[in-house]
Amino acid sequence: MKKVRTQLMLCGGTGCHSTGTPAVREALEKEIEQQGLSEEVQVVETGCNGFCAVGPVMLVQPDGIFYQKLDPKDIPYLVEEHFLKGRPVKKFFYKEPDSKETIPGMNDIPFFAHQQLRVMRNKGLIDPEVIDDYIARDGYFGAAKALQEMTPEQIVEEVKTSQIRGRGGAGFPTGIKWEFASKSPGDVKYVLCNADEGDPGAFMDRSILEADPHAVVEGMIIAARAINAHKGYIYARTEYPLAIRRLNIAITQAKEYGLLGKDILGTGFDFEIEIYEGAGAFVCGEETALMRSIEGKRGMPRPRPPFPAHKGLWEKPTILNNVETLANIPQIILNGGSWYASVGTETSKGTKVFALSGDIYNIGLLEVPMGISLRTVIYDIGGGIPKKKKFKAVQLGGPSGGCIPEQHLDTPVDYEEITKVGAIMGSGGMIVMDENTCMVDMARFFMDFIQDESCGKCTPCREGTRRLLQILEKICDGKGEPSDLESLDKLSAIIKDSALCGLGLTAPNPVLSTLRYFRDEYEAHIYEKRCPAKRCAALLKFEVDPELCTKCGACFRHCPTEAVIWKKKEIAVIDKEKCIKCMTCFEKCKFGSIF
Amino acid sequence: MAKLTIQDLKKIKEGASKEMSLRDEAGKVKVTVHMGTCGIAAGARDVMASLMEEMGETDRKDIRVVASGCMGMCSSEPNVTIEIEGEKPIIYQHIDRNKMRQVFKRHVLMGEVQTDFALAKM
Ligand SMILES: Cc1cc2nc3c(=O)[nH]c(=O)nc-3n(C[C@H](O)[C@H](O)[C@H](O)COP(=O)(O)O)c2cc1C
Repeated sequence: MKKVRTQLMLCGGTGCHSTGTPAVREALEKEIEQQGLSEEVQVVETGCNGFCAVGPVMLVQPDGIFYQKLDPKDIPYLVEEHFLKGRPVKKFFYKEPDSKETIPGMNDIPFFAHQQLRVMRNKGLIDPEVIDDYIARDGYFGAAKALQEMTPEQIVEEVKTSQIRGRGGAGFPTGIKWEFASKSPGDVKYVLCNADEGDPGAFMDRSILEADPHAVVEGMIIAARAINAHKGYIYARTEYPLAIRRLNIAITQAKEYGLLGKDILGTGFDFEIEIYEGAGAFVCGEETALMRSIEGKRGMPRPRPPFPAHKGLWEKPTILNNVETLANIPQIILNGGSWYASVGTETSKGTKVFALSGDIYNIGLLEVPMGISLRTVIYDIGGGIPKKKKFKAVQLGGPSGGCIPEQHLDTPVDYEEITKVGAIMGSGGMIVMDENTCMVDMARFFMDFIQDESCGKCTPCREGTRRLLQILEKICDGKGEPSDLESLDKLSAIIKDSALCGLGLTAPNPVLSTLRYFRDEYEAHIYEKRCPAKRCAALLKFEVDPELCTKCGACFRHCPTEAVIWKKKEIAVIDKEKCIKCMTCFEKCKFGSIF
Repeated sequence: MAKLTIQDLKKIKEGASKEMSLRDEAGKVKVTVHMGTCGIAAGARDVMASLMEEMGETDRKDIRVVASGCMGMCSSEPNVTIEIEGEKPIIYQHIDRNKMRQVFKRHVLMGEVQTDFALAKM
């Protein structure tokens, strides 16, 4: 059998795709050919590596050398130097943001060093479009074990032992959910996978599907066996074309191998999976709305009970699990529930994938053991806050979640502990905000999202979120009144009590958590007509502080309406008649002299 | 494609993991071909090709082949270094296709140092 000496694991996740993987791949293959290295060096396109901030990235094996920010025009040099002459090229090594020190080995880079990979164990190691790659890494051995050696009761028991909780946000124990559905009477049952992922700033599920689609398929086969279902659906949003493409390939390959369809692995068990593409409405991620949507109806939630485990899709017993939850299942079956539960805290076991974004150096995807502190995630893995700015808060759980300020950064990643400080674990979106973020504006952003996505079925959510938004807009506009704070509190409490589904029930959370920790910012907006973070344009004077102005002229050069009056060696002045308050000068001024 | 049984699944795993073994970094034996400009001029590409042919014939998954730069001993090129875990690295000099084949079969696979071609123990 022919062997190659070097494999180039080129990241083919959505992030790196958009920063240039296809062109880099083409350049690599062309140059490898030209240097006559085709027999020795092979390019393998993998799923998301996680370190999207520095893409396109590539790991060279067996050397373990990590290259970042690859550019097609540098590829000929790289191929000749490293793959022909064996001299790794420093120019593309990772650089520490502050010390500028270069680090060649992937596992020495702090971003990777603190992670613990379970769900993402195959990321960057397999070609997600090649089923044999997955099988080589023990793929489908969990399903084989479940189908051949275990009874449905034993599968449920193993998942209960693992104590895994749903990764889609609510954190419901998966084993218990499966037990309900398995005991529900009925011949026809369904297994659903929730790949709707609608939280702003979240891309965990997309990356798992892109990097390791077979893990989700295998998880569904095991779930189906546990409750005796023969049909499954993956509900994925149309905006995830690459994930859907790879899922389709995975399903086709699994069918060819007889891992889906009739008589799987000769065990007599039948199961098939269909992909249902959702149009991207946030509410369709809610379980009852998701099922309506698959039925071809308008995606709107309904009251529970009855719970889906008794009456779900087409009124049949159904389980719905999140992508990440399902991707954990094969390893739980293969290695045992107690293996899974060996990592984590008392009530939160295993690992959690987070999508780190916002004001942070290392934007990307990471997987950490439960119990790790938020500080470690943000400073050690995330590399801290750029431009020497101060940390202000981290938002967890997207529009249903809340923000956590500096004083609670030592909170461990744990469902209960995070709830205690006013946020939720959520599905894994983690947005870091620096001192220049206005917390009222942040609450306004999420409320705008929520009222837009509210399906309109129940009044508290439809009308209540709109009212909340109006009040927040008023405050940001400098028209806030003292009674507004009370109205926000009161309205939030009513919505939380009376909305129909999770969307409305959690909608006030961003308002409540910012009120809890940053009430002073609300007050500054209302009483002093001042935005402490200088984000709300209506509250800025658009004047230049002569003490701080360095006379550099950056504001003058960038102003789109020629409202800045400036000459060399003179302090800038803004003509308020011409100024449209677009904030350009404010953003371009490096010295904070515009207020 | 015929439907798989669990036995087939195991076979696929074995076949595919051979191809993928490169991606787990650890390997017990490291064969380094020094491919500086001087090494290439002296025939290191040929040496590499013959090494890769040998690699294709063995089932061993713990051998890593690495190209590296010039060692600074250009007159003795092509050079090849063999590092076996727990043993001192051996540098071979003036290697050609045939010598490479011999070093691979004898030293890498069977552990017998080929002193005739060795330059030094490091
Ligand atoms: C408005 C709303 C949106 C939701 N969106 C998602 C989503 O995108 N993905 C997801 O897995 N769960 C989402 N959920 C949670 C699901 O309703 C459900 O709890 C989850 O898919 C169950 O799977 P798990 O137990 O594995 O987490 C959403 C819930 C609500 C109320």
